[in-house]
Amino acid sequence: MITVQNLTKTYGPFRAVDDVSFVCQPGQVTGFLGPNGAGKSTTMRIMTGLTPATSGDVRIDGVHYRDIPNPGRQVGVLLDASAQHAGRTGREILMLSALTMGLPASRVDEMLELVSLTPAESKRRVKNYSLGMRQRLGIANALMGDPKVLILDEPANGLDPAGIHWMRGLLRHYADRGGTVLLSSHLLHEIEIIADEIIVIGQGRIVAQGTKADLLQSAGTYVTSVDNQRLADALRAAGQTPSGSGEGISVTVDPAEVGKIALAAGIALTELRPAGSAGLEEMFLQLTSDTQREAVAPTAGGAA
Amino acid sequence: MSAATTTPAAQVSDSGPGIPFTRLVQVELRKMFNTRSGFWLMMSILIVAVIATLVVILFVPDSGITYATFGSAFGVPMALLLPIVAILCVTGEWSQRTGLVTFTLVPHRGSIIAAKAAAAVLVGVVSMALAFAIGAVGNVIGAAVNGLDPVWDASFKDLLLIVLANILGLLVGFMFGILFRNSAGAIVAYLVYAFVLPGLLGLLAALQDWFEKLQPWVDFNYAQTPLFDGGPSGEEWAQLGTSGLIWFVIPMAFGVWRVLRAEVK
Repeated sequence: MITVQNLTKTYGPFRAVDDVSFVCQPGQVTGFLGPNGAGKSTTMRIMTGLTPATSGDVRIDGVHYRDIPNPGRQVGVLLDASAQHAGRTGREILMLSALTMGLPASRVDEMLELVSLTPAESKRRVKNYSLGMRQRLGIANALMGDPKVLILDEPANGLDPAGIHWMRGLLRHYADRGGTVLLSSHLLHEIEIIADEIIVIGQGRIVAQGTKADLLQSAGTYVTSVDNQRLADALRAAGQTPSGSGEGISVTVDPAEVGKIALAAGIALTELRPAGSAGLEEMFLQLTSDTQREAVAPTAGGAA
Repeated sequence: MSAATTTPAAQVSDSGPGIPFTRLVQVELRKMFNTRSGFWLMMSILIVAVIATLVVILFVPDSGITYATFGSAFGVPMALLLPIVAILCVTGEWSQRTGLVTFTLVPHRGSIIAAKAAAAVLVGVVSMALAFAIGAVGNVIGAAVNGLDPVWDASFKDLLLIVLANILGLLVGFMFGILFRNSAGAIVAYLVYAFVLPGLLGLLAALQDWFEKLQPWVDFNYAQTPLFDGGPSGEEWAQLGTSGLIWFVIPMAFGVWRVLRAEVK
């Protein structure tokens, strides 16, 4: 279990991480979601003792990372798959970690097989690796010590869809055996596929957290009707704030409520459903819109 | 593809065996050899020793074919190469960003620095020993080729002092690596220290009386000259100490203090 308590990291006036608290439970994959520069990597570096926190505390099963003897055997970490000596072979990189942790060379071969890097690939120098191959190498490195906790920063970055699917299986299996997993991503769909619990961070602050189902539920309703203009007016009259969303309308209340309003107004609906991941996407963009480098373009002006 | 090899169990704990220092030294030694550039840098030390020995055999007049000549022939290349070995073993963690892995596997950065220093010194000592051995072979061959008796005009103590001088140079390189954490910056700093500064300080000593008296106490290069000259006297050892304090101990302490506090990105 990872416990983050009131974590803050400032660089001069800039608050990279701002009073962040959350818990990653064993048996679950926790997704850390946020746009670039939201504070995900800084939080993870603080967790692993690479960056000193300005205030607050991170503990792993009640222990500070730097107090764990031989931490590679207990906590698997991947912070940046590209941060490797370009002139070393993949196998040699794993070998160095195995030596440090006191593991036999056979463990290196097991790990290479686990992440599907062939013996020929493992003897190539890392400068010739694609990003996807580096990620696989980094995951092998993180898993090598058979850790109880995994901390992975953007591990799916550079993986192809099959690779992401593979990683979901790997992490799922790992969590099912009681492991704790924290992984970050700036892409909603990656997190959605892999994580049970989602923490959304923007501008150094946590803006939403909960299970995927929780977040999906709060993502609202998508509705289309024979007359969207009238339906939008009716929703507005009922105190809602409908917004155009493709061919239809998005509202932040649940479908039953929208149905009642439409029935009262006598408008025939052609589609009514929870907004689901499209809604989550919209919510993600809204929640983090202050922190985006580009202003989020309004999906459409008012009702369609 | 199966994750069957991972069976997370129980809790993370702060008890259990740590990582022994000897293992860290072993890992750091391996890192110095397991890249192509690192491997050839190490090889270049041997190659330079062989070339220097051949040059002496081929071009030095008969009367100069003595063991001391061979020793001084690879002196300068060693003074250049060993510190670079030490610098790169430090700066690679930052320039190649391998520190992200190194310092998460071993969160105690002081141990890593100590292991790197031990590995660099070990490489320095072994390199010097090999170079002396190559020089000895050269001396025997050189004498035979020229029909002379080999002249052994360097004692074991002389050799030890030369090794010490080279290790001090290596440690200054190491210090610049820690201080700058950047290969180019540290190498340039070392070159200035080892090859530009002595000339400037010598000039200053020639022009200013007060500095001439002070120089042996504050100029680390100057204070090392007795090491090549039969061995320092008591006072000269003290001068090595004070100048070493200025050029190695203090900047090294400052560099280590910064590394321990700095962010690893």
